[in-house]
Formats: sequence, C-alpha cells, structure tokens
Amino acid sequence: MSASANHSANAANTARLRIWRGSERDHGRYEEFDVRFEDGDSVLDGLVRIRLEADPDLAFRFSCFNANVCKECTMLIDGNVEYACIAKLKPGTIQLDPLPNLPVLRDLITGTLSHKETL
Amino acid sequence: MTDVITLEGDVLVVGGGGAGMFAAVAAARNGARVLLLDKNVIGRGGASIMAQMTCASALGEVEADGPELHLEDTLKAGRGLCNEKLSALLCEGSPRRIRELASWKVNWARRDDGKINQVKAPGHSRQRCVYVDFLSTGAAICAALRNKISRDANIRRLSNVSVTDIVVRDGETVGAVGFDVATSRPVKIKCKAVVLCTGGMTKMFQRTTASNNLAGEGVGLALRAGARVIDIEFLQFYPNGHLAPRMVGLDPTTWEPTRVKLGGRLINGLGEEFLHRYGEEGGGAYDTARDTLTLAIYKEVEAGRGSPHGGVYLSFQHIDAQKLRNALGPVVEIFERNNIDLARQPVEVFPIAHYQMGGVEVDTDMASCVPGLYSAGELAGGANGANRLSGNALPEAVVFGERAGEKAAQFAAQSKAAKWEDKAAEPHLDLIRGIIGKTPGGGASPARLMGELKTLMWGKVGAFRNGSDLAAARERIRAMRQHDLGDLSVSPHAVHNTSLVEWFELRNGLMAAEAVATAALGREESRGAHQRDDFPQADDRFLANQRLSLVDGELQSVFRRLDA
Repeated sequence: MSASANHSANAANTARLRIWRGSERDHGRYEEFDVRFEDGDSVLDGLVRIRLEADPDLAFRFSCFNANVCKECTMLIDGNVEYACIAKLKPGTIQLDPLPNLPVLRDLITGTLSHKETL
Repeated sequence: MTDVITLEGDVLVVGGGGAGMFAAVAAARNGARVLLLDKNVIGRGGASIMAQMTCASALGEVEADGPELHLEDTLKAGRGLCNEKLSALLCEGSPRRIRELASWKVNWARRDDGKINQVKAPGHSRQRCVYVDFLSTGAAICAALRNKISRDANIRRLSNVSVTDIVVRDGETVGAVGFDVATSRPVKIKCKAVVLCTGGMTKMFQRTTASNNLAGEGVGLALRAGARVIDIEFLQFYPNGHLAPRMVGLDPTTWEPTRVKLGGRLINGLGEEFLHRYGEEGGGAYDTARDTLTLAIYKEVEAGRGSPHGGVYLSFQHIDAQKLRNALGPVVEIFERNNIDLARQPVEVFPIAHYQMGGVEVDTDMASCVPGLYSAGELAGGANGANRLSGNALPEAVVFGERAGEKAAQFAAQSKAAKWEDKAAEPHLDLIRGIIGKTPGGGASPARLMGELKTLMWGKVGAFRNGSDLAAARERIRAMRQHDLGDLSVSPHAVHNTSLVEWFELRNGLMAAEAVATAALGREESRGAHQRDDFPQADDRFLANQRLSLVDGELQSVFRRLDA
C-alpha cells in the first residue's frame, strides 16, 4: 500500500519514506510516502509533513522538535537506531521501523517508558 | 474504550516541566499524596529543558548582590506592569532554590575558588546569572528533578495522560478529567487541589523556541474553571532566533548564548552594524534588552536592509577559527553536520516566539481566584510585567513551582472530605467520548487547523501589531473556536491517537490565542513586548493590568490601574 504526500514532487528533492505501520510486530506492513524537502531537513520534518498533508493517523513520538533535547524520537532509520530529529532527509528511499526489543504500541511508537510511569 | 480510569490523590500537578516537577517535590515534602501528569513524557517536554544558559539568582558569589537589586532590575524590565509582590518572591526565593538544586547534583559552573560562577546578562546590574553549561542548563535541572521525583514514594508520575478539564463543584476545585493517550480511555482524577504548570503558548506560532507541546492549554483550562488571566497580550519574542541556513539538532535559541560567549556581531543585509540606530551600543555588545533588540531587527528588515531569508546576520567571522573551535567544543560537530562553518559564514537570525509573560492571575501563594486551583512557572502571570528579564524564567519555574506545591499541599491538608461528584465530571467525560473517531474522513484534521492558526498568529498577532490585523485575527480565531473546531475529523484509533491530543490542544489553544488577540486589541499603546504600529508610544492611561475572564463563553476584559 502506498500513499503520496505530494504526487507532483520533484524527484531531486523528494525522499520516499517507507514506514512500518501496525500495532503488533508480527502483523505490520510498510507504507510509502513521498515527501518534499529542502537541504538540511530532518526525517522528523518529513514525518510531521506526512501527518499534515497525507495521513494524520501516523503515530510517532516527539516533543522538542529538532533540538535533540527530549530524546523521544528514537527509531530505526535504515536499520540503525537514530534520532529522527537529527537524521537528514535525502533523495531515495529511507526505511523507518519501530525500535527493536521493545513492545510496539503503534507505528513508530514503542514502549520506552517505565511501567511505573504509565497507566 | 469508554471504561473510565479513576485516580486519587491530594494534589494533582498538571505538566511535567521544571515548574511541575518542582511543585510535585514540594507538595510531597509537605505531606501530600501527589499525582504528576503530562500529556507527553514527564521531564522531557516543556520549555525548561530547552533553556540553554542563564538562570538569574542573587547569590553574590562573584560580586556583592542581593535580591533587592535583582528586584530593581526585574521591575525596570517589566516596564511598570509587574506585580511587585510576585517579582519579590521570585528574586528572594531564587538563591535558596539554586543551592537546593546544587544539593541535588546540578553541577553549576564554578570558579577556581569553588564558588558558583555568575555572569552578567542583558538588563541585569550585577553578575548574577548562574549556568551549568552554555547550552544545557535547563536540561541539567530537568535531569536532577526527574531523578528526584522518581525516588519519591509520595509522587505518582504518569506520562501520556492529557488533562482536558478541571472539575469545579460549587465554585471549588474537586479534581480533573482527561484521557490516557496510550489507550484513549477517559480518566477522572479526584483530588483536593490542582497545580497547573502547563507552560506557555509558543505552539500557537509558526516559529518558536520551545517544545512542540506548549499549546496554551493552561489558559484554556483556567479560564473555563472560572479563573482570571492577566496581561496575556505580553508575549516575548526571542531576538536572535535561528532563521537560516536550515539547522537541526540544536535549539533555535543557540545563538544568544553563543553570541555572549564569543562576542558575535549583528549585521544587516548591507553589511552594517545597526544597533546604534536604536540607542544601543555596537553589534558586539551584550546588554540590549530583548524587546529593544527585537524592535531593532524588525525595523532593519522593514526598511529593506534584511538578509536573504528576511532576518539579519549574526557573524563570528572576526574571531580566529581555532579560538572559535576551542570555545564551542562539541557543538562544532553539530554545526558541521548542518554544513555551518562559523569562521567562513554568518548565520541569519530573526525574532521567534519564546515566552508568555502574562498568564493565570495568582496571589503570592500561587493561588488563583478559584479555591484549590494553583498555577506556577511560565503559566503564572504577573512577575514579569510587560517584558521578562533574561534569566528570570528558570528561577520562576523552580521558585513558583516550589511555592505552589507547598501551598497546594497545605490547602489539601486543611480541606475536609473530598468533594468529588461524578455529576460534575460527567459532561467533561462525555466530551472526550464524543471526540474520538468524530467525523472520520469528513473534515480537516486538527493538525491542519493548528497550521492555519500558527500562520494567523505569526502574521497578525506577532511581535508588531495593529488594530485592523488584530481585529481580523480575533474574528477568525473566534470562528475557529466556535465552528471549525467542531467540524474537525478525529481518527478512531484508540492507541496513541495524536489527532485526539491535538483536538484538545486546539480547544484550549484557540481560547489562549483569542485571549491574546483580545487583550492586544484592548491595549492601545506600545509597552515592552506589546508593540502596536498604530499606537507606537507607551501611554500612562494603560499603566494598568488587563484581566480576562470567561463569561457565558465569551472573553471579557477589564483594565485595573496599578495605583487603583
């Protein structure tokens, strides 16, 4: 399944985000979104843009927005644990997965909080 | 999905930033069972964690100083509108809280003789500002507070719980309702006192310095509960907010402490220094108040002397490259990742939404006019008047947070049996149940409307205002609040439904935005952070505080002169 944030986007400044979607690790799927970007934009910028323009249901955590302070936006980016707020968008496909070894809550959100801190 | 979770405690603290965490600690040590809730992650969001360097405290470690001198500077910066009792509380309380934080392992930068180092920040008459590091003071305070609350058995901390309404019965605070973001289950919280520490409303603006979660929610929560809001038209714009080139991984306020540390020069698009045109010293000086600096940058751009992206340049090119590298330390790597080489190029800066001076009207107990409802930190109005002094936000968070926690605990101890009544909470719970999965696919998403609101606030209710823009903005915001909000489409997902969180952020944020537009329209003068192109001078008739309350769903404004 795929969706596009902007079908008319120019390939030179468009990244294709291949995002894991679902609520159970064994029953997920990938959805692809094309996002326009300017030099220097982060993967988090792309995710925020997808929520705004294509799919408001997409779930991921962040608070500080590109300042790398809150440390909430950790995810697997092309297989590496990274912060979405400092990883840069680039032309071509970038695959995003929830963190491994943690329960998946939904999409890119995993159970990173202590059980004492959640209902 | 609709089975309600019930929580009980003596004191509920809403918001897990610097003020909220300190309020929780103080309430617990005054005997209360505390619930600390945050819609995001406790100790990770908010504005305190983003604070980079300066924290004002008249410790007198470096030179003779005292709270009375700190107060004098704070009142001067407030342009005549400070609540002097609150300002005095802030200045007198800061040294004790700073030393207490030191005992909780906040490593304040120290001199060779072991004394806490203090530097001079704009508007301060003494070397008064303490810091941990030039970019991570707020983060260090938040880490210490997170550690403190996690070890306190009397504090139950819950992340990802959004509080949507204060429950008031017979005019008194009896608790709150909200929902668990992880499951969308409604939550009712029975308690004797509530401390609102939800911070400011920077999220209402396109370009901001603070976390994404500061949506003016405390203003909406307080007004609907029957509390008053004071001087909400005064929003501070941070003069040297990052504009270009694109930079991620650093707070956009980075340039002010960097400018102080290294002596950066502000230059317009023609390559000229310009601060002298606005009655200030040269571009390398660091004692210009924030409102003056914001005005100077706006006026240069307006006169056609801006940089390519519509700001001004901040240059460090006159500084030796090796000296730059040594002074910046590991931050150089962040600049490099963003292809920024300060030895070779200037950056572009422009004022950016930063801080809310006004807020919930409180007395020196941090109590609002609604019994049992308290407020602290950026949300509490009054101490900073029309313009906040650099370095006064962190002490405000910890001093007022501590005070509110203590007083709320004392209030809770004195109040008799819990007065909770399900009937009073039911309409608020019904609203939550009704919003989940509302008109799926039918209307715009909350994120879309939030985007429109941010553009509108940035364009018409920003640092420089005029009557016709403000009136148009107020009309549109009121229509958003009364009509558009109800037509939005909210996802039916139960798990981490961001559009549900955003719908409730908007419900309060639109109230906060309308409050600012209304108050800004009413204040027909220019003072501190409120600048009107159509009324460019300060006017003694407005040497008065403006109070807003919600009457039958409409905002009402009343000015009261300080000498009245």
